[in-house]
Amino acid sequence: MLEDFNFRVILEYMPLYLQCFLATLWLSALSLVGAILVGIIACAMRLSQSKTLSRTAGVYIESIRSTPLLVQLYFFYFGLPSLGVMVPEWVTGVFALTLNSGAYYAEIIRAGIQGIAFGQIEAGIASGLNYFQRMRYIILPQALGMTIRPMLGQAIVLVKDSSLLSLISIMELTRAGQLLTSNRFMPTEGFLTTAAFYLILYYLLKTFSRWSGKRLIFMEAH
Amino acid sequence: MWSFYFNELMRSLPFFLKGLWMTVAVAGLSLIAATIIGFILGIVRASKNKILRSIIGAWVDLIRGTPFLVQVFIVFFILPSAGIELEAFPAAVIALSNMGASFICEIVASGILAVPQGQREAATASGLSSFQQLRFIVLPQAMRSIIPPLVGQYVLIIKDSSVVSAIGVVDVTRVGWLTVQRIPEGLMVFGLVGILYFAICYPLINLSNYMERRMTVTATRL
Repeated sequence: MLEDFNFRVILEYMPLYLQCFLATLWLSALSLVGAILVGIIACAMRLSQSKTLSRTAGVYIESIRSTPLLVQLYFFYFGLPSLGVMVPEWVTGVFALTLNSGAYYAEIIRAGIQGIAFGQIEAGIASGLNYFQRMRYIILPQALGMTIRPMLGQAIVLVKDSSLLSLISIMELTRAGQLLTSNRFMPTEGFLTTAAFYLILYYLLKTFSRWSGKRLIFMEAH
Repeated sequence: MWSFYFNELMRSLPFFLKGLWMTVAVAGLSLIAATIIGFILGIVRASKNKILRSIIGAWVDLIRGTPFLVQVFIVFFILPSAGIELEAFPAAVIALSNMGASFICEIVASGILAVPQGQREAATASGLSSFQQLRFIVLPQAMRSIIPPLVGQYVLIIKDSSVVSAIGVVDVTRVGWLTVQRIPEGLMVFGLVGILYFAICYPLINLSNYMERRMTVTATRL
């Protein structure tokens, strides 16, 4: 299987792979920023006093978590045109990824906020700190310390999930492997190279996650 | 037009149920295999054998670091060039149980390592063999921290089984994809697919949350 592994073809396709690697990077980065924003908003709604807001956020979070990303992706990919919304594929892809990871970020942020003992906030009020100071010096450092690792874990999931975008024919890493398979009948070279590029991203994020676990700024909570 | 498509969709409902059955078959088989293999690997991973531990650790990293879609393609397209011809269904089950096993392995290993060392020492002092220790002392206690994330992992396996539709397994996602070519109402078709997944996953997620709450309560009571 590996004795006739063709490095020349990989070299030939390297420009395509690098281009697709960058595409995976920015598709993931864009979705990540969007997902964290959606997560913060959904979490704020979930924790709000208003029952309507809280329930809406609950329905959103539960329905995202109980259905596969691929079904959500097809839902928007095939569904948006019938609503008369015509957007490029990558917009649909980033939109679906953002909504999907947003629900998970909402839960991660909620766990972080609810993990802070209420006495801490009361102590902050009693020490005469205003809202901004309490956020800056008491709540956020602790919440960040507790959520940084699950947040990075979800970022890893998001990068991997972006591979599903290849199924709605967006050019990214997995699509490059598919192209090598269909153009040259070389699935081994194609998909192992794809996997190698994903592993680079995985180890980078994992190392960062380990490092952040050791850093004092994130450790203030513990 | 909308009600015409709706009636059409209702008429192809048996097709969807067939797809759902395929999803249950793929996910169910993989779930059983993943649990068995995952427990064995997890027990070895928590053991003292350094070489086996790091081999399993490296494998788990490879699986965690690459998208499931790429793993499915590797099993389906690359194993044949090693002389192992696979139909789509067994390829899907192999890929899914391999992925599930490597995640369950980590859950089991961390559950075992969470059991206090003194328990093992007491068991050794009582003259139990290492198998008896595992069977009667360590695993029953570890189960408390293993079961809630294990059920959560089952939900992930069921959701990830949607990805095997990419190699032509006619599961419920694939049925949706085939139907939407005929009934061009993406929101309706994939709404139905989503509801079917929701009906399976939502109760499981709640079960996992419920067990997590119950098991932490008993733990603090002890």
